[in-house]
Amino acid sequence: MAVERVRQIAGTGLPLRGNDIDTDRIIPARFLKSVSFEGLETHLFEDDRREAETQAKPTHPLSNPAYASASIMLVNANFGCGSSREHAPQAIRRRGIRAVLGQSFSEIFFGNSVALGMPCPTASGDTLDALMQVVEADPSTTLAIDLERMRVNAAGREYEISLPAGAREAFLVGSWDATGLLLENFDDVRAVATKLPYVTANW
Amino acid sequence: MGKTLLDKIWDAHRVRTLANGQTQLFIGLHLIHEVTSPQAFDMLRARGARVAFPERTVATVDHIVPTRDQRRPFLDVMAEEMLSSLERNCREHAIPLLDLSSGHQGIVHVIGPELGLTQPGMTIACGDSHTSTHGAFGAIAFGIGTSQVRDVLASQCLAIDPLKVRRIVVRGRLAHGVYAKDVILEIIRRLGVNGGVGYAYEYGGDTVERMSMDERMTICNMSIEGGARVGYVNPDETTFRYIRGRQFAPAGDDFERATGWWTSMASDPNAAYDDEVVLDAAAIQPNVTWGINPGQSVSIDERIPSSGGDEALAFMGFRAGQRLKGTKIDVAFVGSCTNGRLSDLQEAARIVRGHHVAPHVKALVVPGSQAVRAAAEREGLDRVFTEAGFEWRGAGCSMCLAMNPDRLEGREVCASSSNRNFKGRQGSPTGRTLLMSPAMVAAAAVAGEVVDVREFVAAEASLGR
Repeated sequence: MAVERVRQIAGTGLPLRGNDIDTDRIIPARFLKSVSFEGLETHLFEDDRREAETQAKPTHPLSNPAYASASIMLVNANFGCGSSREHAPQAIRRRGIRAVLGQSFSEIFFGNSVALGMPCPTASGDTLDALMQVVEADPSTTLAIDLERMRVNAAGREYEISLPAGAREAFLVGSWDATGLLLENFDDVRAVATKLPYVTANW
Repeated sequence: MGKTLLDKIWDAHRVRTLANGQTQLFIGLHLIHEVTSPQAFDMLRARGARVAFPERTVATVDHIVPTRDQRRPFLDVMAEEMLSSLERNCREHAIPLLDLSSGHQGIVHVIGPELGLTQPGMTIACGDSHTSTHGAFGAIAFGIGTSQVRDVLASQCLAIDPLKVRRIVVRGRLAHGVYAKDVILEIIRRLGVNGGVGYAYEYGGDTVERMSMDERMTICNMSIEGGARVGYVNPDETTFRYIRGRQFAPAGDDFERATGWWTSMASDPNAAYDDEVVLDAAAIQPNVTWGINPGQSVSIDERIPSSGGDEALAFMGFRAGQRLKGTKIDVAFVGSCTNGRLSDLQEAARIVRGHHVAPHVKALVVPGSQAVRAAAEREGLDRVFTEAGFEWRGAGCSMCLAMNPDRLEGREVCASSSNRNFKGRQGSPTGRTLLMSPAMVAAAAVAGEVVDVREFVAAEASLGR
């Protein structure tokens, strides 16, 4: 497998406020009716976007042309909870987003994103709030995530971010696509299988 | 210091520790279905890889199957294409497919246990977050995404971070009309929808020990709604009694030897836990959700809290301080991997027997599997339901997630025995879901509004426990 290291990600931001945003909202189930991931990005947050259109309030950030070319999504706590559908990070990635920075993530969403080479580092609530305000005030602000130094830079200020050691290492060395890694030692896999009584039926 | 079941299973299935600190973990049983596997097979093909252990892989179809007219080809062209794709992939890779003609088709988390595929001491993975259900048997069962489905197809392994263990002890007797569903809703409310991130939940205590396998599955099923990717109950005599005689269970002397291994995998009495929480079963009431995540619930007598749910209240059309009792419903749904098993249907039938669904309510019962449906029909439950005005459907995920014709319309309110009340979950972007036990759903269907099931039936010794 081609090794692609992910160390720095720089680009404009897309602030998406709210805790516990689940994967049904990110990509409603009816759009999972397909045998491929192609075109999912057109339905990203579709119901939330439509709901926003019916209200007097400003539109959904995903409908806002100022964020159209964003490559870093800013979110709050427990983002991506619920269904394990990889369609959610796939839709986000296919929208052009290359990293999601949030207060916290559901584990399955986080793992699915790692498998796509899309890091989901975390930062404090204060940091996210500050970054969202900066981006909302000036959507052309460049955010720069550095996974080596574990910092995000925006409008001349630097903030601390974190990422579990395993995932960070996988991005830095380019081993985030696990299939090749897991097939390196197939004899060892077979050896484990032959020691399990339910596999061998040798109780 | 002793070990937990998680530690023991981890040790028995560890292939190696990867350079990044993750574990390469062997997966003993890989369950696949039509929604999250087609892309994984494509990725496999693109790499020229094969399925490493087809004999440890089992497929079924559940999310997209229509529950009314199941003739092929399906009327929904996309649903038909998804099933055809699964059929092709299973043929190409020699994977057994339990399809609609098999008599064994059903929701993947219902059929694994009922066929005896799910066993203690195993690692299990499936591209579905409710895979945690299988933990009821003392297995470690992960919900995974499609790239990880690819990994397991190719290598029968997952690269995964080690988990901490939180022991959740439930002690005492549940009151009449209070069910496993109420217990898990209580746990999620107490610990939060992200309280379990990084943890496996081990459920124990005398309340859980007295529970049937169906009830334990309901609890473990919703672990993920509390943020815990994995939930489990240590295997015991109840577990072994359930497994004995099932199609894929060890038979004869093998079964006796298997119980020895299974018992040895249970957590040691002196195991160390990263956290422990204790709940008093007697204090738990029938719970109903009022918001847009499964942690937003109150007991039937309680008022909706006054803070922390503005978005949810606006969406649901409720007010802080309001009680849910008396909330008019439009749809009643009994089914899903949470509560679509025989005992769930029996409890719901007990409530509706001799009553009729309120005229304005559309009510449906969707058995979790073809086997559950057949068993229910042998007991005459189908007639109890149809005579009461419920629709009696074929097995599938149905209205839990609306990837099939069963869905809410507009702002309909649904009393649902499923697991998620997310915005749009049941198919209408503005549809509203109230999660509750199957008995509470049945009572709401008859009353036409949310009621307290305990007031609905005379307290029988056999109701609840």
